[in-house]
Amino acid sequence: MAFRSEEDAKNYWRENVSLMVKLMIIWFVVSFGCGILFVDALNNIQLGGYKLGFWFAQQGSIYTFLVLIWYYAKAMGKLDAKYGVNED
Amino acid sequence: MDLQTLTYIVVGATFALYIGIAIWARAGSTKEFYVAGGGVNPVANGMATAADWMSAASFISMAGLIAFMGYGGSVFLMGWTGGYVILAMLLAPYLRKYGKFTVPEFIGDRFYSNAARVVAVVCLIICSVTYVIGQMKGVGVAFARFLEVSYDMGLYIGMTIVFIYAVLGGMKGITYTQIAQYCVLILAYTIPAVFISLQLTGNPLPQLGLGSTMADGSGVYMLDRLDQVVTELGFAQYTVSKRGDTLNMFVYTMSLMIGTAGLPHVIIRFFTVPKVKDARSSAGYALLFIAILYTTAPAVAAMARLNLHQTIEPVAGQNIAYDERPAWFKNWEKTGLLAFEDKNGDGRIQYSADKATNEMVKVDNDIMVLANPEIAKLPNWVIALVAAGGLAAALSTAAGLLLAIASAISHDLLKGILKPDMDEKSELMWSRVAMVGAIGVAGYLGLNPPGFAAGTVALAFGLAASSIFPALMMGIFSKRVNMQGAIAGMIAGIFITLFYVFQHKGLFFIPEWTYLESWGSNWFMGIEPNAFGAIGAIVNFAVAYIVSSMTAEPPQHVQDMVEYIRIPVGAGQAQDH
Repeated sequence: MAFRSEEDAKNYWRENVSLMVKLMIIWFVVSFGCGILFVDALNNIQLGGYKLGFWFAQQGSIYTFLVLIWYYAKAMGKLDAKYGVNED
Repeated sequence: MDLQTLTYIVVGATFALYIGIAIWARAGSTKEFYVAGGGVNPVANGMATAADWMSAASFISMAGLIAFMGYGGSVFLMGWTGGYVILAMLLAPYLRKYGKFTVPEFIGDRFYSNAARVVAVVCLIICSVTYVIGQMKGVGVAFARFLEVSYDMGLYIGMTIVFIYAVLGGMKGITYTQIAQYCVLILAYTIPAVFISLQLTGNPLPQLGLGSTMADGSGVYMLDRLDQVVTELGFAQYTVSKRGDTLNMFVYTMSLMIGTAGLPHVIIRFFTVPKVKDARSSAGYALLFIAILYTTAPAVAAMARLNLHQTIEPVAGQNIAYDERPAWFKNWEKTGLLAFEDKNGDGRIQYSADKATNEMVKVDNDIMVLANPEIAKLPNWVIALVAAGGLAAALSTAAGLLLAIASAISHDLLKGILKPDMDEKSELMWSRVAMVGAIGVAGYLGLNPPGFAAGTVALAFGLAASSIFPALMMGIFSKRVNMQGAIAGMIAGIFITLFYVFQHKGLFFIPEWTYLESWGSNWFMGIEPNAFGAIGAIVNFAVAYIVSSMTAEPPQHVQDMVEYIRIPVGAGQAQDH
């Protein structure tokens, strides 16, 4: 099995990269943004007993990472199927 | 039953389990030895990856570091989990598709040169050995305390155990042992955390307990109480104190993230799953299993810190008398990791941020997790379980690292370059010999450890970040970066990182061998040496691109190979040449 055409191969890679870029932006904003760069501003907001910035740095970013990886695995599964390059 | 007997029973039982598994899962071929036959289920692989990767630093040191750094400790939490996002999206699926045994092998093929492969082997050995030192320190500390043997003796015992199952079982034995070790270490970590969270906040989930009110009916949030207690003693406010400045935290986190994605013993785990799709989901499972510990750790840290202060000073101004100090205090004093000096001669323990009056002259970060259940007065079986968990964490990572070192020597150096006509049987023999050698070196360095377990480990991440990670990224995402660029990049990246680290810590970690002291410490934009890997990575990328642009582009078959690894179909089994 391989791609049906050159065109398909290019589109597959382009869609893959665009998905990666979107998810990496979220990755960056949540960890480096909310957890580090904007932490002081976010700490003015309370989330239960947590300061929000502190929560992002020690809890929220990890939950976000998990969601990102699982979303990527699922979306790539669909993309593989769309272009007929899945292994099942 | 007393703690000593109970600890021997629990630790002994887990060791028997590991060795039993190793004998059952003996590796017969090089493929089983290096990549467990390439057929490990992604959930099982995720669990093994989690144990492989969560080291003594994660289990023993991290919460202790966070306990004393507060918010600043977040660099470890984000850094050691965020790397999995990079791994799952940018590296693992492509390296699995490529389908060979080792990381240097990929670099050697992609940059079509044995020189690149050798440079990769050297980088791999430098960062893996640095990492192993941290594990050995962890093993020594845990044994010293719980079996009441000396630190050196503890180290020898640890080396023997690793020797038995890693040398015998290779990746196959290691994988199945690590699944068992994951179960032991995660139970050992979460059970005391649940108890302590219940005691302090009434909430059994530590992740929520950390954000809850105190159970003493005061209605004060746990974190607010902690902030108040530590600031009254003159320490920095827990929830806002940074590590260095914002830039340092940023760079530190980045170093740990890309270091995670560049560590060979983590990457080779993704060679063991059957398909590219499994490599993606395996990273998801790995992070899921890791996140259970990593979201618990900040709660353990904050609660341990609060408990420590409240034990020493139950009511503000009424410090406990040294003669009435609890049993755990005495036990840790024996190891030398906790020390008291009655400076004002009142027979009571004063603990504060002021160096002149502080009487807790030594509180080693590494003891916090191990002492935590005792400080919280939990039952003995919980304490015994924590000892077993700490050892499981250290041993599982040490085994994975030793395998990465052994495969780099036997598969890349010997089979790949020096003796290509070697048959499988002698390659297998040599990989076992290499592993024995690696255990010896690791043990020796464990007796002379530079810095804390986590400090040493963080350094290994910096080295991986500055050398291996950029080479892999450019190998997958650029067709233009060539042999000359990659080699120059790796050498520049690891050299500048080592230069910065050694300038601070002494050449080869020998404290007397420091140089350029007049430059001061953290002279480069206030960045500490452990955080320097990200800067090294930038240098690596820049040098590689500049050199590549000045030299010929890679040959067509290499460019085709880059195309090939981008398509998930037809990964087949992990292949030998």
